[in-house]
Amino acid sequence: MIALPAPKAEILARREEIVAALSALVPGDGVIAEGIRLKPYETDGLAAYRQMPLAVVLPSSTEQVAAVLRYCHEQGIRVVPRGAGTSLSGGALPLADAVVVGLMRLNAIHEVNYADRYAVVGAGVTNIGITKAVEAEGFFYAPDPSSQLACMIGGNVMMNSGGAHCLKYGVTANNLLGVKFVTIEGEVLDIGGTYLDAAGYDWLGLITGSEGQLGIVTEVTVRILRSAEGARAMLAAFNSIEIAGAAVDAIIGSGIIPVALEFMDKPCIHACEAFAHAGYPLDAEALLIIEVEGSIAEQDALLARIKDICARFDPISLKVAETAEQSLAIWKGRKGAFGAVGRISPDYLCMDGTIPTSELPRVLRRIGEMSDQYELKVANVFHAGDGNLHPLIMFDANDADSFRRAETFGADILKLCVEVGGCLTGEHGVGVEKRDLMTVQFQPHELAQQRAIKSAFDPAWLLNPAKVFPLEGALSPALAAE
Amino acid sequence: MSTVIAPADEAGIIAAVQAARAAREPLAIEGQGSKRGLLRPVQAARSLSTRGLTGVTLYRPSELIISARAGTPLAEIEATLAEKGQHLIAESPYLNGVFGTSAPPSIGGVVAANLSGPRRITWGATRDHVMGLRFINGAGEVIRSGGRVLKNVTGLDLCKLLSGSYGTLGVITEVTLKVLPAPEASATLLIETPDLTSAVAALSAGLGSPYGVSAAAALPVKDHVIAAVRLEDFAASVAYRMEKLRGVLGNFGAQRVMEDGESRAFWRAVREVEPLQAVADEAIWRVSVRPSAGPEVAAAAMALGGRVMLDWGGGLVWVAAGPSSENHTAITASARMQGGAAMLFRAPESLRLAVPVLPEEAAPLAKIGARVKEALDPGGLFNPGHMRAA
Repeated sequence: MIALPAPKAEILARREEIVAALSALVPGDGVIAEGIRLKPYETDGLAAYRQMPLAVVLPSSTEQVAAVLRYCHEQGIRVVPRGAGTSLSGGALPLADAVVVGLMRLNAIHEVNYADRYAVVGAGVTNIGITKAVEAEGFFYAPDPSSQLACMIGGNVMMNSGGAHCLKYGVTANNLLGVKFVTIEGEVLDIGGTYLDAAGYDWLGLITGSEGQLGIVTEVTVRILRSAEGARAMLAAFNSIEIAGAAVDAIIGSGIIPVALEFMDKPCIHACEAFAHAGYPLDAEALLIIEVEGSIAEQDALLARIKDICARFDPISLKVAETAEQSLAIWKGRKGAFGAVGRISPDYLCMDGTIPTSELPRVLRRIGEMSDQYELKVANVFHAGDGNLHPLIMFDANDADSFRRAETFGADILKLCVEVGGCLTGEHGVGVEKRDLMTVQFQPHELAQQRAIKSAFDPAWLLNPAKVFPLEGALSPALAAE
Repeated sequence: MSTVIAPADEAGIIAAVQAARAAREPLAIEGQGSKRGLLRPVQAARSLSTRGLTGVTLYRPSELIISARAGTPLAEIEATLAEKGQHLIAESPYLNGVFGTSAPPSIGGVVAANLSGPRRITWGATRDHVMGLRFINGAGEVIRSGGRVLKNVTGLDLCKLLSGSYGTLGVITEVTLKVLPAPEASATLLIETPDLTSAVAALSAGLGSPYGVSAAAALPVKDHVIAAVRLEDFAASVAYRMEKLRGVLGNFGAQRVMEDGESRAFWRAVREVEPLQAVADEAIWRVSVRPSAGPEVAAAAMALGGRVMLDWGGGLVWVAAGPSSENHTAITASARMQGGAAMLFRAPESLRLAVPVLPEEAAPLAKIGARVKEALDPGGLFNPGHMRAA
């Protein structure tokens, strides 16, 4: 288990006073302090970690967020920002002496401008909610994390979320124009705007993916894009991971950038097929889902090229969707991958490393060996175009030893990702989950540099404590003081 | 002219930074010097150049990744990529014409200034494709951020912070960029429109179409305005989409299509701001604004006797006008009034010293910015006064 810092006794002792003060700042039903109603906030998408917070506050405006942060700053109270609570890295895990600031009530769509192709939305609008608001005009918001039905744009900004389609459209950072940003001192700053690349330090780029370490985002201006005329997928199944990897290289090498290029290994194919009956070949060692965009004729031309390329790699099967319905069926298994694994195992850890794509065969072989060593099953899904690997480690949370082995197995996979030239996290964030592995990727002085930048925004280290940066080593002022 | 130190390797850069730190002497940081004249002049007895750090250090076409030392000429990177049918996504400009220099721009300088060309509107800026950096901070330490993979959210994104920081936060020694296959074909639709407002409306209709427009510019010519939209893809796709696009934009004015060579030359000129035809003694401003407000900013500049061209669908307004502080005040005010931000891009040194060359920041942000600068460059060694007056 990953250690959390001891709560400040002095803050715990003042709980009633703090709740009363927050209730004055966010009147009505905006403060939650009773046990049973606090319960939903004790964890997030990393459900193995639970901790009840001091209180939860649900502001309805940027001004209320600013007032809450100003108060917490004055009183030295730790703050944990929260969107929908879907973080898979424990990014929204509370601390006993922390106030959770939930942003779900900032759920208004303030402005949509089709001529200039942007939308201004509250941090609590769901990812899919943005696309829903603009799809009637043929537009969409591009980044599409698997949790897009639930996750909120404020959380997407804080974690720099990706998705299956970022090979073509980029991640959250590439699709933002501006944010309304509240500092721990309660100052409200407009960062960026409705335009591109004004000169000056790229605060927007630094804030994106900062995991709540620098401030709270209450409003987001995103780019919206016109959807392509259509999209269609194909399946290609291969006899080995190496061959599938070579096929991916050949597709990219041909000059085609598919809008999505997804890879599944055999355990994942089996889990998904049992769940979704998508028609995946069960004798395959590796499966690719390849999606292209354009008119029907363009789709036909691109899929024919890709089919020719795949045919050179002795495929077990090639299936090109003839219709949008067949395309959906191909995607159905992949989109249900996490649920499918949840069906065959009581619990799983969803890991998230990135590797150079050429290292895939070696990495999957090593993961297979580790699976034997730790006596835990693993299924792998992989955004093959961009090297982002999601091993799903199956374990039983009621068995403490099983959980311990799963965590160690996961850590070993991420160390392997770094060893082969990749990184600890491609899109889920460091959170609490990978915090103690940061020393695998960064030298102590590099972490000290990042900490110093964090201190420039949050000198007392009140924002989302115990995440991202290891507790040991060059400690934050706030933690060192204890 | 200050003394230029140009070490042949990263260790030499570190040694120079440590020496400057010990002597408490600031350094002017530069690459090849192709954009000398951008921003405020740095008051430093010595310049530290990365021009000796050259060469591609890693290129994996199938992983869409290239790494190069900071001083590597942009042209060398482009040539290396072209051998494998790939290109730099943001279509970075050279700007030798704008700055009257002959030195080849370095890749480190392109990143340090976050300069992007016409393709930025659809495919992202230079900073969007910086996957990894090595830089030397003010303590003389090597700091790495990002890596050599396409998706990476591990720790704070210092790649973005350093991109566009003009050498004020650290000395970039190596960059890793995402690249893409170069398109097989390029074609451009030119539409003769009556004025800037109609031209930008045409660009907006093009960018809002499902045909993947990869550049959109508006160029005033005599008594009308040329709206230009580009398609880049496989040849069959470009041909198909051009027909569709001509239909969608049929009502905006007379049309002409430019194919490959002519299309590429046209956008190279737009990238280099050539259509502005700024003469040597004029100043150049660069205004970022929401595209539909571009014509308003342009009109305000033309009222001052300035000339304009618009890129990025209308959202990037280039202005050439007399180098006076009155013009600067008027242009920055009109940008602000339209919710945008203006930068003085080229001007005589006297004007660059007299006015804020960059958009001003709110006081609380400036305070945080000063602390971030202190965190990276505690001795204030790098490019003092370059972005803003001390």
